[in-house]
Amino acid sequence: MTATTNTDGSGDDALALTDFALDEPPSDLRSTIAESVARIRGGELGSIPALLAIAVLVSVFGAVNPGSFLSAVNLANFLEQASSVIVIAMAVSFALLLGEIDLAAGFTAGVSAAVLATRLQEWPLLPSVLAAALVAIALGLFTGFMVARIGIPSFVVTLANVLLFQGILLLLVREGGSVRIEDPVVKDLVGANLSTTASWVFAIGCVLAYLGLQIRRQRSTHQRRPWSVIGVKVGLLAAGLVTLTLILNGNRAFPNAPAPIQGLPIVIPAVLALVVVLNLLLNRTRFGRHLYAVGGNAEAARRAGIDVMRIRLAAFTICGLLAGIGGAFLASRVNSVDPNTGANDTLLLAVGAAVIGGTSLFGGRGRMMNAVLGGFVLALIPNGLTLVGKRMVPLLGEIDFGSSGVKFICAGAALLLASSVDALSRRQST
Amino acid sequence: MNSTRPVLEVEGINKTFGSVHVLHDVDFSVRRGTVTALIGDNGAGKSTLVKTIAGIHGADSGTVRFDGEPVTITGPKSAAALGIEVVYQDLALCENLDVVQNLFLGREIVSGGLLDEQAMEDAARETLAALGVRTVKSVRQPVASLSGGQRQTVAIARAVLWNSNVVVLDEPTAALGVAQTEQVLALVRRLAEQGLGVVLISHNMNDVLQVADRVAAMYLGRLVADVPVSDATTTEQLVELITSGRSGDLGLTEAAT
Repeated sequence: MTATTNTDGSGDDALALTDFALDEPPSDLRSTIAESVARIRGGELGSIPALLAIAVLVSVFGAVNPGSFLSAVNLANFLEQASSVIVIAMAVSFALLLGEIDLAAGFTAGVSAAVLATRLQEWPLLPSVLAAALVAIALGLFTGFMVARIGIPSFVVTLANVLLFQGILLLLVREGGSVRIEDPVVKDLVGANLSTTASWVFAIGCVLAYLGLQIRRQRSTHQRRPWSVIGVKVGLLAAGLVTLTLILNGNRAFPNAPAPIQGLPIVIPAVLALVVVLNLLLNRTRFGRHLYAVGGNAEAARRAGIDVMRIRLAAFTICGLLAGIGGAFLASRVNSVDPNTGANDTLLLAVGAAVIGGTSLFGGRGRMMNAVLGGFVLALIPNGLTLVGKRMVPLLGEIDFGSSGVKFICAGAALLLASSVDALSRRQST
Repeated sequence: MNSTRPVLEVEGINKTFGSVHVLHDVDFSVRRGTVTALIGDNGAGKSTLVKTIAGIHGADSGTVRFDGEPVTITGPKSAAALGIEVVYQDLALCENLDVVQNLFLGREIVSGGLLDEQAMEDAARETLAALGVRTVKSVRQPVASLSGGQRQTVAIARAVLWNSNVVVLDEPTAALGVAQTEQVLALVRRLAEQGLGVVLISHNMNDVLQVADRVAAMYLGRLVADVPVSDATTTEQLVELITSGRSGDLGLTEAAT
């Protein structure tokens, strides 16, 4: 971008009001697409790689194993698998936006889930949930204090936290033990479905809410878009949601099953609600703006009068709370908590999901939607590979694509690819 | 122009860092509608003087008057409350945020608990238009995509967004090419035309002669000259003031050194 001078010879002040005549949003569908292409060329890839990856994975797995991969039961299963990764990825995003990392988010989820499960043995639902949430907040606050106040790099603090929190988790559930969850509400979070009527109400409500939001935006100058663009966006959303609801409202239980399984999985509205609330926090509040500013240039933020330490503390606290919510998703999926809840690859998948979705590891860039899209990619890989199963591959012989080895290699490769894209696009745009 | 009353006057400012006496009885004033160039070699005390005015350093002794009234500047916040803004050389912009977001950083307009983007955008356009800025194509561009001159423009615009009275610019053209330097200097001129007191720290004597109404020269912690720029003022004179603290009958007398 080079500086351009207005060479029009007329008076200096007369032109002032027309100075930003160029500062208009695109006026029709065509120029909107042109603008998007220009932005992508400029290195602002955003979620494009994740969307491409989803398209490629779905078509490859769909082609290899159409019967089981493209079935309604697998779609619902996939969404439930992805949900906990997505929620923990959203948690980690708050650390990533600062340019920091939380390596212990998985164990924060585990500890919070363990508190929830053990409390539910004795207490009713609400106090148990409150206790789990408070513990998650406390763990986040602790990390934030160590990073922001004491000044230890987040990498080191959270590395220590991995051991600390894992120890707490082991003490809570006793080594080798597992705590069952009987509470129907917690069990239903991941696994139960909306009724078919509620599914339709939800789908139509979403489309109407989105339409309303777009119409409201037309009032502001910088967000105004041509109506054709809004039509396309709302149309795409409506088509997607209606298709999804139609598929999932059909009975997907096995033949002879005692009860039909139908409706949208509850994880869809649950995750969506988190995305909406967190988006509002990040994009429409002073705190969100300051969070991006601290992640982009902490010194500039400090000089602008922002309390950088407070922002860091708050971001890690939110990270903790969200990880705790992710823990409830993890626990609800298997209806129990054991020492492995939130362990193993949970954290890696969450960080991977955020980065694959387009959230920068260098701070200041990222959205909640990135965690969702990246979570889809990383949940698609094991889901699809399991269904591919054992196959003969030329030159390599028989390979079990459903094995952990292949899954890890694929997820690792996807993460490396995504961080390369992040690093390269960052170099290009600065 | 010299007859206008100074908006900011400092008198007899002394500042020591440990055993080093950095400012010696410095008298300095800033007038509305006037660009005062502050020149001097590295270590002459320019930055310390500016940081004292901006409230970053406290002075050991001396008085500060604002619009004729004695004031005490206790910190950056009280300086900002008086409408004193400093644009430092490293502009301190957030590259990941756009122009509007940077202009309003830390002072966002909020309505009903949510950011009022429309109000901020309108105010940003207004400020930039009033400054005659036409180099920034869109106020919604991320700063990462701006050139050095455009970034300088944004940083300066941020300093004047809140009815500032005094703006101190620390080497605003140091990192810029010829065309961009011209644009920034024109902007500096326009700030003064809008009635602000402008202090321009610069090592480039051409810039100084081009835009400054007055020149204040510092030499080894003393303010050795505070003179109007006339057609007769030459680069040689200014360089002499910087390097030896005097030039002809300007500057230090023998007794002072």
